Amino acid sequence: MATPAAWLEERGHASRWRSRMVRGLLIGIAALFLGVILLLPLVTVFVEAFDRGIGFYREALVDPDALAAMRLTLLVTALVVPLNTLFGIAAAYAIARFSFRGKSVLTTLIDLPFAVSPVISGLAYVLVFGASGWFGPWLEERDIEVIFALPGIVLVTLFVTFPYVARELLPLMQMLGTDEEEAAISLGAGGWTTFFKVTLPKIQWGVIYGVILCNARAMGEFGAVAVVSGHIRGLTTTMPLHVEILYNEFNQVAAFAVASVLSLLALVTLAIKTAIEWRTGHRGGH
Amino acid sequence: MARESGLQGWRWREASVLPGFGLTLGYTVLYLSLIVLLPIAALVVKATTAPLDAVLHTLAEPRVLAALRLSFGAALLAASINAVFGLVVAWVLTRYDFAGRRLLDALIDLPFALPTAVSGIALVTVFADDGMVGQWLAALGLKVAYTWVGVTVALTLIGIPFVVRTLQPAIMALDPAVEEAAISLGASRWHTFLRVILPAILPALLTGFTLAFARGVGEYGSVIFIAGNVPLHTEIMPLLIIIKLEQFDYTGAAILGFLMLALSFVMLLVINLLQAWQRRRLGLGA
Repeated sequence: MATPAAWLEERGHASRWRSRMVRGLLIGIAALFLGVILLLPLVTVFVEAFDRGIGFYREALVDPDALAAMRLTLLVTALVVPLNTLFGIAAAYAIARFSFRGKSVLTTLIDLPFAVSPVISGLAYVLVFGASGWFGPWLEERDIEVIFALPGIVLVTLFVTFPYVARELLPLMQMLGTDEEEAAISLGAGGWTTFFKVTLPKIQWGVIYGVILCNARAMGEFGAVAVVSGHIRGLTTTMPLHVEILYNEFNQVAAFAVASVLSLLALVTLAIKTAIEWRTGHRGGH
Repeated sequence: MARESGLQGWRWREASVLPGFGLTLGYTVLYLSLIVLLPIAALVVKATTAPLDAVLHTLAEPRVLAALRLSFGAALLAASINAVFGLVVAWVLTRYDFAGRRLLDALIDLPFALPTAVSGIALVTVFADDGMVGQWLAALGLKVAYTWVGVTVALTLIGIPFVVRTLQPAIMALDPAVEEAAISLGASRWHTFLRVILPAILPALLTGFTLAFARGVGEYGSVIFIAGNVPLHTEIMPLLIIIKLEQFDYTGAAILGFLMLALSFVMLLVINLLQAWQRRRLGLGA
């Protein structure tokens, strides 16, 4: 007959052994799942990009159309990110610092672009600025091109990246409260001084975090831009669209070469994002 | 706002010593109206003023019905796959410490950072009949690329972060002592999972599921390459909207866009209700 203590110990042993089994099994399943569906596609991009050697890779990237696509993507991002960052700070400031009617409606509306399919946002802009859209005839009279031109691409990119900065900053500013700002104001500091000296330093990591995510999406947006771009090679094709064109022309290696640049940007984005999370102990809202 | 507050029961904002209310709120509302509300309004007006027979005609098209079935079916299946594997992944990342955990954790956000066109062409290459994974599945008689299975695979990739990132805080909030108590009282591991763990994380699981589902329904870039876009078989809803635009059928496109917008609003409502439920569960108040 085993003593109760020995029985407990034996049961503990068996339980710990099963615990390790379960642990190993679960880690294995998780690693296999992520490996096949996330890591393998990522590795494939780089393997395929260098399929015909470094010379071909370089050639695909210095191709005039590829360079034009990179320039366009950088230009669009350089216009979109600052505008949405400014908006994000203003929106978070208004919503987190003041109490007013309609606040929750406003918060929901800011999140709206995340709920809209990118293709539908492109369609919505065509219905406003396209030839038969609301402002179409007016714009045509004045020879202003929006759809199938740079302004259209910038506008839809503004739309799809609209909530990123605001959504990062809003919970952060709500958490931080207003005590320090109120102290600064009551000590005689001006509004702008208080903002730049008190508020901005407190929320700087949140701003950077939002900007990083906004930037990644702006550079990589495909569906919305595909609708309004018109795919004019060397003129209105951003990098993701250039990838699509090359791929559909069966120029697989060149497509993956351009895709590898975008993937590298994605990896840099993840690295910076993770670094900020470790530094601040904060994890973003999405 | 100078009047005594006691005289008015209704005030649209509470007094604050902080400056900048008019500036930041005014800018927020103006920018929101221009970038988000104007195009959405154009879409809603275009769809709701369409003649009834055009609406009925569009919605009865066999291609539309097939695309609706595929978009919602594949998104539902992908969200379910993510609910199962995402739970395993979130559990492993939260509860276990092992080599490579942080790397795996950072990898989860890859679908947010990687342009969808890039994951699209990478997925076809991996899952094509001669691809790294596709050749093994083809040998088993499972064709992935250019079938509905491929669409599901792409939507699974897109949905991973939604499920994992929603589940992680919920699992973190679980007290391991409760599980240990259940086990020491003689409950089996499976029983403990079903009766103790699952009920506690169910709101988060459902929220993540719905987020992944909503995103999947509208996804375009990562799907169209692996889908093959065969009419009646592998055309997704966003692609059909683009096809209608290319045929200059703006009314048809707007009707489909509005239908999808309405459906994603319903899902957004469900998500908000789930999140309110989750907050109550976690005892953070409604």
